[in-house]
Amino acid sequence: MLSLLLIFMAALFFTGIIVRTKSLASGRKGPGILQPIWDVFRLFRKGAVYSETTSFIFQLAPTVYFSSVLMAMLVVPFGRSHGILSFNGDFIFFAYVLALGKFFSIIAALDTGSSFEGMGASRESLYSMFAEPAFFILMGSLALLSGHTSFQEIFSSLHIGSQISYAMAALATFVLLMISMIEGSRMPIDDPKTHLELTMIHEVMILDNSGFDLGLILTAGYLKFAIYGALIVNLFIGVIPFQYAIPSFFAIQFLMAVAIGLIESFMARFRMSHNPQFIVVLTSVSLLIFFGVLLILQKFI
Amino acid sequence: MQFLSIKNNQPVPVSSIPELKYPEFFTLNTGLVAEKPERHCVSYYGYPVQDQIILICCIADDSEQMIHISSCTVKLSDQLPSFTTKLFCFEKFEREIHENFGLKYTDHPWLKPVRYAFDRFDSTRNISNYPFYSIDSEELHEVGVGPIHAGVIEPGHFRFICNGEQILHLEIQLGYQHRGIEKLFLKKKELSQLSTLAENIAGDTVVGHTTAFAQIWESLCRYETSREIDFSRTVALELERIAIHTGDLSALCTDIAYQLGSSVFGRLRTPIVNFMQEWCGNRLSKGLIRPGQVRFPFTPALVDRLNQVLNSFEPDFLEMNKQLFMLPSALSRFERTGVVSFEDALSIGAVGMAARTSGVHRDIRSSHPHSLYPELRHAVNVKRHGDVYSRVQIRKNEVIQSIGYLRKLIADLPEASELSELSVPGENLFTLTLVEGWRGEICHTAITGPKGELIHYKIKDPSFHNWLALALSVRNNEISDFPVCNKSFNLSYAGHDL
Repeated sequence: MLSLLLIFMAALFFTGIIVRTKSLASGRKGPGILQPIWDVFRLFRKGAVYSETTSFIFQLAPTVYFSSVLMAMLVVPFGRSHGILSFNGDFIFFAYVLALGKFFSIIAALDTGSSFEGMGASRESLYSMFAEPAFFILMGSLALLSGHTSFQEIFSSLHIGSQISYAMAALATFVLLMISMIEGSRMPIDDPKTHLELTMIHEVMILDNSGFDLGLILTAGYLKFAIYGALIVNLFIGVIPFQYAIPSFFAIQFLMAVAIGLIESFMARFRMSHNPQFIVVLTSVSLLIFFGVLLILQKFI
Repeated sequence: MQFLSIKNNQPVPVSSIPELKYPEFFTLNTGLVAEKPERHCVSYYGYPVQDQIILICCIADDSEQMIHISSCTVKLSDQLPSFTTKLFCFEKFEREIHENFGLKYTDHPWLKPVRYAFDRFDSTRNISNYPFYSIDSEELHEVGVGPIHAGVIEPGHFRFICNGEQILHLEIQLGYQHRGIEKLFLKKKELSQLSTLAENIAGDTVVGHTTAFAQIWESLCRYETSREIDFSRTVALELERIAIHTGDLSALCTDIAYQLGSSVFGRLRTPIVNFMQEWCGNRLSKGLIRPGQVRFPFTPALVDRLNQVLNSFEPDFLEMNKQLFMLPSALSRFERTGVVSFEDALSIGAVGMAARTSGVHRDIRSSHPHSLYPELRHAVNVKRHGDVYSRVQIRKNEVIQSIGYLRKLIADLPEASELSELSVPGENLFTLTLVEGWRGEICHTAITGPKGELIHYKIKDPSFHNWLALALSVRNNEISDFPVCNKSFNLSYAGHDL
């Protein structure tokens, strides 16, 4: 329950902080931190417009996408307090319920029949496909290390004591941060600010969505970021008491948003063909974690 | 003599242009251009006289600093072989002639309309049944972009044939901005109306096109420009170059999502256009240039202001460039993207900045200098690779060069003098002007009738040639790199569509 509340609160500010960081870095004042949320409220008050060439799938998809993110959120724990749902193998549930949402957003994009959206859909599915092994190798290694298979048990029994486990936590943070950038379609994979249909990935898939549906998709995007942020926080807080854990949750979420804002300000995005290369690198970093775990467990010389 | 050689801005009687039979006209002009990188066709057009068409071909020779003019009279019923089969650089000109007069070419490979959505002389052929280039394959897909775009840009339709993310072919369809400017030039009689028209040919090349028009008019009136007039035009041309190049660098950074470059270059453009506002009351320099006039004298106070503006502009500009050229993620987007080879640039007759990045030495400022350019002894900036990176570099180099020219120019401010009165245009004259706008060579030609009235006015913006360079440059590139290629050329839709 606690994690659900915290994720909602973090999601309120997360995108606003990224936008504000980028504005300040380029010498502008920038909009208020809550502007993305006001935009979503504005969208929720509007009706949606549907193209005549689309079918019920297009109308269904935003809701499925949004609810998939909500469901994924339910299994995310916070330190010792587990999520609303917690069972053995819930990290697999987490990954595939998100994948279900993504599947619907992909077929909805194909449903519009627009060549741009088809292109976006193919890119998005390619990148998720590459990102999947990274996530599973990472979580699998942690499960192997802790001997448990649910998020809550894995995180609460992680012992960050030896130097090698510090290195592992740092690598895991990197992997999760990058996966969240891929999933959240941020730089350097995707450019959320661009107006150029040909270079978009996620944005181009939702070109035909409007009003309420668009609001749902945007909200789901904000929540996703906060979810990955919460996973990263979980790597570190383990069993420390809540009075320290909660401030550190917000501190880590804040740092993550600022880091994303700075990355987006001071580098150019990747060339599209470099993206798969980059994402596959994440898998190899996860493999490093896996070998680290084998070392710790002395199953590997 | 089969052709008449004139200097830039030199008026000649129409009757002095040698008239050839079509076969000789064909051999002469294709022979002049073939395998001569220093020569290219600056304008080739027709105008109707009774039921005949007079074709006029102007070939510029950069090493001799002359323009070779020849003409030919043809009938509409004639079946003519096209220049294009020998040299691609005539392709667009012949398409335009075909579109305007319905002249039949027997072997032109691609008689696609240039500015209309239909064939003006054959109503059965229009855009709905136009055979866009296509490849019949299960594995390839077509992506159509525009004419309405997500950003605030001009309308144009781009049709890609892609193999996954890779572009195999791009076909560009323009003409959505056609306003009939050349016709309006004949219809409007007031000089003020004509100057305003010239200003509106392409919104980003106001100085370039207005200078071209002013030079044409002065040349028709056989008017000697004073040093003050030449001075203000040269300064304005260089300021326009700085402003647009800097703005383009900003836009290029936006397209690769490099926020710092985008906002810094965007900010740097502002003081330059604001200086134009201080000088003439308009940030795009509208109203600044008029034939035979100095409407806004360049005062010593403006010299001080411009010095201030340049002194604060230059260090920031250099520093931002240093940052940009050291950023690996930016370089990886620019390098080896959108390559136009030297051979391609030459064969399609590319001009201006786009040609110079592929190693073609084409710059009117050095080859056919006008205004104060002869004194500046312009050294042409040339790059060899023809990729987006070269086009970024050449923009940087040209801005730095222009700053130097401006400093040199304003150090020697000409005295304000009494300007002589502009007379009326002479009768039956032909004249041609070449101006190096920021994008490249602008060519205006005019012919006057027996009462000194304009009977034909022809405008050629550099975009006319260079759109094809863009289509060639994106082949085998990723489709997501198209926007950055497009921006690196930054061609004009309005200037092409007229």
